[in-house]
Amino acid sequence: MDEEYDVIVLGTGLTECILSGLLSVEGKKVLHMDRNDYYGGESASLDLTRLYRKFRPGGTKPDEYGRDRDWNVDLIPKFMMANGELVKILIHTDVTRYIEFKDISGSYVASGEKIYKVPASEQDALTSSLMGMFEKRRLKNFLEFLQKWNDDDPSTHQGVNLDTTTMSAVYDKFRLEPGTREFVGHAMALYLDDSYLERSARETYERIILYITSVTRFPNLKSPYIYPLYGLGELPQGFARLSAIYGGTYMLNKQIDEIVYEDGKVVGVRSENETARAKQVIGDPSYFTSKVRKVGEVVRAICILTHPIPNTDSNMNSVQIIIPQNQAKRKHDIYVASLSNTHFVCAQNYYLAIVSTIVETDNPEAELQPGLKLLGPIKEKFVYKSDLQEPIEDGTKDGVFISRSYDATSHFESVCADVKDIYKRVTGKDLVVQQRARQEE
Amino acid sequence: MSNSGRTITESVTRTSESTPSPTSAKPVQVKLVLLGEAAVGKSSLVLRFVNNEFSENKEPTIGAAFLTQKCRLEDNKVIKFEIWDTAGQERFHSLAPMYYRNAQAAVVVYDVTKAASLDKAKSWVKELQRQANPNIVIALAGNKIDLVEPQDDSEVLSNIFREVPTEEARAYALEAGLLFFETSAKKGEGVVNVFTEIAKKIPVEHIMSANRSGSRQNILNQSSSRIDFQPGGLNGPIDNCID
Repeated sequence: MDEEYDVIVLGTGLTECILSGLLSVEGKKVLHMDRNDYYGGESASLDLTRLYRKFRPGGTKPDEYGRDRDWNVDLIPKFMMANGELVKILIHTDVTRYIEFKDISGSYVASGEKIYKVPASEQDALTSSLMGMFEKRRLKNFLEFLQKWNDDDPSTHQGVNLDTTTMSAVYDKFRLEPGTREFVGHAMALYLDDSYLERSARETYERIILYITSVTRFPNLKSPYIYPLYGLGELPQGFARLSAIYGGTYMLNKQIDEIVYEDGKVVGVRSENETARAKQVIGDPSYFTSKVRKVGEVVRAICILTHPIPNTDSNMNSVQIIIPQNQAKRKHDIYVASLSNTHFVCAQNYYLAIVSTIVETDNPEAELQPGLKLLGPIKEKFVYKSDLQEPIEDGTKDGVFISRSYDATSHFESVCADVKDIYKRVTGKDLVVQQRARQEE
Repeated sequence: MSNSGRTITESVTRTSESTPSPTSAKPVQVKLVLLGEAAVGKSSLVLRFVNNEFSENKEPTIGAAFLTQKCRLEDNKVIKFEIWDTAGQERFHSLAPMYYRNAQAAVVVYDVTKAASLDKAKSWVKELQRQANPNIVIALAGNKIDLVEPQDDSEVLSNIFREVPTEEARAYALEAGLLFFETSAKKGEGVVNVFTEIAKKIPVEHIMSANRSGSRQNILNQSSSRIDFQPGGLNGPIDNCID
């Protein structure tokens, strides 16, 4: 590794692997290292042995769960919006060739003591028991207004200015009931809290349109989400392969001893007695503990079940359940993400569910209770807390570009925003995502 | 096992969108992975097989996602190999589990002039037996035999000797249940043979019946459907058939 590279990337989380892939394709000489002996960093999917090694130090995995290779347990629960940025980047880079995807069979929202299917289509909305007849009509008018919106055609605006009118005022205009606002804001726009109500409506508009266009992105989707077979850990592996195919050098299980600086600028990375040189270093927060700050905490509980989530439709092999903040008398929503053998993340007849939320108290595990309660009997539970970290500086001074921790949102939009932001700071240009002409093989 | 079967289902479905010629059945798609120490000639072997070409001093593998090549069997069944190269990720022991995932065949390559490369090949075989599909067909290929054959032209090859006797490697392959070949990617010797012998040994019927039951099951239980990003276009553009 004692060589000169254009970019050194530390950590093989999804953000780092996408950047590594994009930069290698552009002809940059990339060295990509990880201290772990597996791909994915914080966004890995672990087999049973590694799962128990991480959460039950000194313990061993029970034999009853079967073979290691049948388990790919995500550390971060996220699904992919079918029309979201990650899908666009996957198609742009052709990484879709290495990974297969399936849809997530349903999305639910909690209201009172019950959970309701989030209407994924107009037909769903009309038959949903989530709201009354008149409210359904008001919701329909509201959604039609958003779908017909055209910035250049004032006749579609109905007196609303998306950039100045608050979302709260838009809800008022369509006389939506509080329950509908909660469902639209949290289950469609996927906000974790209610701060969006007083911001201008454009952001919410874009999120709702993303939801609606995701449901119709591929034929027969039953939710706006898709998911990679064998777990989210396939995503970083796919982008790492892309990077390698274009000349990127990969070293796992590599101890990183020092980020080397000269006159305040990064010049390389030392591992034992070898030093790789580069003027730019990209990495996740765990490699730069003195250059990041903590902005919050997330608590997650990975649960192994022997049954599907109770009170969901009978053929649900995978679901998301959102418990809006008000329903749980909290400031942030609680998410449940459940998967099964259909997506090859666990052995047959087992189910996985991850319950997660942003930490608000000194007893984070108790905060997950409203979500855990929905799961029925839990066979095994791994609870863990992670810091949400972000870089203090943007890297223009020292050449070090640090990604953000994977947040509590249920999808990858914020990860892709971080990728685009880092890409721009590293290369000086915007990332243009489009379908490339296929290269000769 | 059923997992790998279902992956094939999808591939076959996609491939079948192009009109099959009347004499040939739907090709059965088989993922084949290459393994072996750096510079033993893994990519050269595949380039010889797929494009029938060889380039001296080839740069380490860059730029190919995977190559595809069809192989017609005597009973007219067609196997379409999707050949995955390591893309250099083997050099620092950094191959991803994705690489082995659902591979039905593997060619483990060593260099007959480097004894250490056979040791490395043996460790790859162990890794495959641990990580890969239990029915995987593995071929061991001792490459670069052109370097140790008597030269009839003016090329002078000094200081290059065979370090792995044919019989020693053959005995190991027999014991480990592997197909065994010696090849020269440079001269083309033995290369096509590696792939046709693998094709013969692939449990085609098994894969096809797994496909049938897999798809029936999908329709019955309405389980999630696979996402097709580019209908009909996922299998890679190159389709240089032997036949």
